[in-house]
Amino acid sequence: MTDSPVAIELKDISKSFGSVQANKNVNLKIYKGTIHGIVGENGAGKSTLMSILYGFYEADHGKIYVNSKETTIKNSTDAINAGIGMVHQHFMLVENFTVLENIILGAESGMMLSHSIANAKNEIRKLEESYGLYVDLNALVQNIPVGQQQRVETIKALYRGAKILILDEPTGVLTPQEADQLFDILRALKEQGTTIVIITHKLREIMRLTDYVSVMRGGEIVTSLKTSQTSKEELAELMVGRKIHLEIDKTPVKPGETLIDVRNLGLTDAQGVKRLDNINFQVKAGEIVGVAGVSGNGQSELLEILSGLSPCSEGKVQISDITITPKRQTDPRAVRNASIAHVPEDRIKRGLIPQFVASETAILGYHNSSAYNGIILTKTEEIRNHCVYLMKNFDVRPNNPDIKSANFSGGNQQKLILAREMEKIPKVLLVGQPTRGVDIGAIEFIHKQIVDIRDKGSAVLLVSGELDELLSLSDRIIVMFDGKIVGQVDASKADERMLGLLMTNSYENKEESQNESSI
Amino acid sequence: MNQASKPLPVWIDIVVIPLINLMLALSVSIVIIYLIGANPFEAIKLMIQGAFGSSEGVGYTLYYATNFIFTGLAVAIAFHSMLFNIGGEGQAYIGGLGVAVVLLAFDHYLPAWMLVPMALMASMVFGAAWAAIPAYLQAYRGSHIVITTIMFNFIAANLMVYLLVNIFIEPGSMTPQSRPFLDNAWLPSMQAIFADIGIKISESPLNLSFIFALIASFFVWIYVWHTRWGYEMRSVGFSEQAASYAGIKTKRVVMITMLISGGLAGLVGINEIMGVQHKLMLDFVAGYGFTGIAVALMGRNHPVGIIMASILFGALFQGGAELAFDMPIISKEMVFVIQGLIILFSGALTYMSRPWIEKLFCVFYQTRNLREI
Repeated sequence: MTDSPVAIELKDISKSFGSVQANKNVNLKIYKGTIHGIVGENGAGKSTLMSILYGFYEADHGKIYVNSKETTIKNSTDAINAGIGMVHQHFMLVENFTVLENIILGAESGMMLSHSIANAKNEIRKLEESYGLYVDLNALVQNIPVGQQQRVETIKALYRGAKILILDEPTGVLTPQEADQLFDILRALKEQGTTIVIITHKLREIMRLTDYVSVMRGGEIVTSLKTSQTSKEELAELMVGRKIHLEIDKTPVKPGETLIDVRNLGLTDAQGVKRLDNINFQVKAGEIVGVAGVSGNGQSELLEILSGLSPCSEGKVQISDITITPKRQTDPRAVRNASIAHVPEDRIKRGLIPQFVASETAILGYHNSSAYNGIILTKTEEIRNHCVYLMKNFDVRPNNPDIKSANFSGGNQQKLILAREMEKIPKVLLVGQPTRGVDIGAIEFIHKQIVDIRDKGSAVLLVSGELDELLSLSDRIIVMFDGKIVGQVDASKADERMLGLLMTNSYENKEESQNESSI
Repeated sequence: MNQASKPLPVWIDIVVIPLINLMLALSVSIVIIYLIGANPFEAIKLMIQGAFGSSEGVGYTLYYATNFIFTGLAVAIAFHSMLFNIGGEGQAYIGGLGVAVVLLAFDHYLPAWMLVPMALMASMVFGAAWAAIPAYLQAYRGSHIVITTIMFNFIAANLMVYLLVNIFIEPGSMTPQSRPFLDNAWLPSMQAIFADIGIKISESPLNLSFIFALIASFFVWIYVWHTRWGYEMRSVGFSEQAASYAGIKTKRVVMITMLISGGLAGLVGINEIMGVQHKLMLDFVAGYGFTGIAVALMGRNHPVGIIMASILFGALFQGGAELAFDMPIISKEMVFVIQGLIILFSGALTYMSRPWIEKLFCVFYQTRNLREI
């Protein structure tokens, strides 16, 4: 693996936070003008390693060489001076600034803004032309789609003279088409000599895009490989340290009675914008219906209405024994009592309370049950036992009900929430983003549980941003765009390309999808 | 892993950090006392002696502490649902009004054993009622509770002036205060209670209210951590979104929490009006409501912490008064400065020393681990 000079070399980098060792003697070589992928589960130390490279953290020991020169990087200014730029997973943009203002933010020259703006415009034009990175410089960042926002981040880094670009989970918020465009841009950058490091957990992207790939596990680099000499399966196994079944075995669907019946549902927000428009669909007992869509196209609103969190403004929903109309609103407690369980999209903000210990989180929503309460006092011991029981059933680690919910990994938090919601085998299960930020090992487990509960006769509505997940779990998939349902397809007949086009409302063959919806 | 901060053991959080803050405040005080030409160590000795050196001193210290426990608990319980109740001052004032109304109305007719529970109820109901309006405005109208409770302190102060000047004033008197209650409407002093069981202590304003304060602390502990209502309250405090997901009626929880908070603050009226002054008068709250905020901060919103912080602040008030008396060069204002420094360091700057204590702890922890290996 020595065909070009080394852009970055990390030698024996170690970093610990208290007693947690996030990086352990990491050695890594990144060759100039290549695309280098770094994969690993959550908590494997990828982000910490890149944060050290970008100067957010300082390594406890170890050395960083940039272009074969030892470099000390104490903060992001050092990193930028060394030619390293970073595109963060959560964009660091000022929402109500224009694109141009965001790009020059922090890199203004001189006192007067107009001077820097004129200079910047020329330079950005050049960048746009050479890499195909087109953006509207005068648009407000809050008004442009996420794909564009990411381009702004990329231009920001290049404008600062980055020769080495680090991208942290760049495709998490993109549609497949947007991701393709991003990859084209990255390839163009590579052609012109930029070195690219990409952190991701999507193995498919690694296989398609990168020249080299390094696998991290438990804070260490397990191995570095040439991408052309490995496979998805091998990488998954290296990441987790054991064999992984990426495929899900599913029995054929046996739909029962209709448990969710949504008719002409609409929602108009306070600004008069239609968030949901004439939504119609059914979910029957024993089937999983997936909801696809670029985030922000009404999926979250749909889940909130079905779970009683917010009211609707038009139409009618019959879900389990509950009827929801604009006049007849419901609330989460009534919904839960009607045997409807809800795994919310945002587990940190809604699904659990980070400051609560696990046993308290394990009864959230069920805390009024007589099983956990005396006349006045709560039954602390019963609550603990219940939590231990849930943890055992859903393999939550560490198996300790007294640890704060925030101190569990994302996957274990999610397993605890799923355990809580699935324990009583609900008639209806509403699931939002069940595996967002969850490691591969836990994903396998969570998927199995969702299929299991479907086989036990629950009606499952699954909202997810992961097309893989929707395709492998769902029996049917409905696609939302701009608050409307733009397609309803049989999951076995759908593929990623088709969903991607539907999600951006650019699918040519509308006839076909409508025909399928009537099946 | 994104946060560099690592959880410290609980004992550092609740014992070491408050102690360090206290030491910092004392060090600055020592410098100031030295600069004005007095002997700082003599001054501190006098202060400690004044607060704890005699049974009279202890009595006064605990009497002040009683007020701080009530107002500290009021701030703390509201804080558990993320409400910053700055209105303890006004709620205590109106609580005192409630006590006076009951005692002035019934002291001619009812025996003490009936008056005590009635006065207790009245202080809590009046305090709660005064908190209810800001609570309603916060929960259902979105007015910020900090602003409204501050305003309600002013409204309470003016209302009390009006009531005392126009309604409660003793006929023929020039001072705006009510007639004294009859003896049967006085809360027994600790001196009297101890005398009954044969122990002689010197006279002080300390009365039965101190026991009520301890009971209130126990009640708060049970309510917050061992009932489903406390669970709901903490849920709302930590995450309103998660609480509504869990089917908790957040607005109702805000109302209930503030009613309890106001009721606790109102109990100051029992200590002051029924226990010490034995009449309704102006300004008997004297800043206890505001000091309660510092007490709650220092006591980490936990009843045990609040009792300890209250005793500390009680000692400061009592010791400070003695100091100003014994050391003429140190004026009353000087004592306020020392009290202010302690409030500043342990209240407002509670977390100032945290980062480097964390670092120190990490280093210590690692070296110890290495040794074990």
